[in-house]
Amino acid sequence: MEIKVCGPGCASCEKTQKIVEAAIAATGVDATLTKITDFQKIAKMGIFSTPAVVINGEVKSVGNVPKQAEVEGWMTA
Amino acid sequence: MESIKPIKNCVEGADCFSASSDTDNKKITARQLGIGVLGLVAWYIIYKQLLPFSHFFSYGLLGLEKGSHLGEAIQFFVYDTPKVMMLLTLIVFVIGMLRSFFTQERTRKYLAGKRETAGNVMAALLGIVTPFCSCSAVPLFLGFVQAGVPLGVTFSFLIAAPMVNEIAVILLYGLLGWKVAAIYLGTGLLIAILSGWVIGRFKLEHWIEDWVQELRSAEAVVIEEKLSWADRIDRGREAVRDIVGKVWIYVVAGIGVGAAIHGYVPETFMASIMGKEAWWSVPVAVGVGIPMYSNAAGIVPVVEALLGKGAALGTVLAFMMSVIALSLPEMVILRKVLKPKLIAVFIGVVGSGILFTGFLFNLII
Repeated sequence: MEIKVCGPGCASCEKTQKIVEAAIAATGVDATLTKITDFQKIAKMGIFSTPAVVINGEVKSVGNVPKQAEVEGWMTA
Repeated sequence: MESIKPIKNCVEGADCFSASSDTDNKKITARQLGIGVLGLVAWYIIYKQLLPFSHFFSYGLLGLEKGSHLGEAIQFFVYDTPKVMMLLTLIVFVIGMLRSFFTQERTRKYLAGKRETAGNVMAALLGIVTPFCSCSAVPLFLGFVQAGVPLGVTFSFLIAAPMVNEIAVILLYGLLGWKVAAIYLGTGLLIAILSGWVIGRFKLEHWIEDWVQELRSAEAVVIEEKLSWADRIDRGREAVRDIVGKVWIYVVAGIGVGAAIHGYVPETFMASIMGKEAWWSVPVAVGVGIPMYSNAAGIVPVVEALLGKGAALGTVLAFMMSVIALSLPEMVILRKVLKPKLIAVFIGVVGSGILFTGFLFNLII
């Protein structure tokens, strides 16, 4: 599973990354997490508010910090 | 509870967000409502005790002399710190809840359909309530360009969002009365509307970085969110934890500076360097304010103290606006999407607007 956290590196983006990391640890899913901070790359994905979470190329959340349970839901679905 | 529905890709122009109108599936219970009302009453009672308490603490408990430098400074600090923090907590909570109604997606969609002039006015008004921080400025700007919002309208929003800060409005109201708050709100909006309109007239689209231009053909991903009232209350609580947790240090520092000015600076000192007669004080205030960056909540106590020492309202407003609206970190971030010339125009237009406000108020008040 490929997970991307998009955000320029503000407090909410850091928080989102921690939540995704915790979700990976909790579910034990085999996942690679990449952090994307480049605005150009983020915009090319159609994301115009951050933080955003992308799983296997599908945008799951935009513009808010998701809850850990939500992230686990996306990963196990 | 699963609050996010499956993704739906929205094509530009398609009416997707009206379909996501919020249904309140979770009602707030009578008990929660009761707790809220009781909380408000307790808040009010404590708030009313702050002034007598600060007098008791400084002049009674510490035995400081009323009118002495230290006594005045301590009383100011002991009164203003809890007062500002209480106001801030309440405001941030209410605004955190309100903001859950104004997402960036909705704002973008709404402004994309607006013409200039009317668009400038709407953009400036929306700028007051839409969530915004310097790190979300760039994605937000990109989103506006992608949605086809005119450049001038985008700038009205970019200027209003940091400058007309709702926390500053309410703190000014709490500390200095409704007149100063209304003047700040009115002139801030006017600067945002006019600056955006002027920038729109210049037709400066070619001064946006080239890769940004190419985004016009991109599609924005929109995710619908269904929020219940319980979720919105949660948002309010989160906002308090986030914002108050972050800005309290600025507030305490701001009140500290305010207290020092209040207690130790002679009454007429500020009148000579920041008074009406000193016309040059307005440009100096703006020049000093632009590179400075402080949170709106931190600058208001300083403003209160300066005004109390005879500084002219126009000069102080100009200083406050340039500190909040134009900052070095924001310019560095915007440089990624705007060519230097456009940033220079942005600073020039907004700076002139602030200067004008300063002179105007020194003249008429």
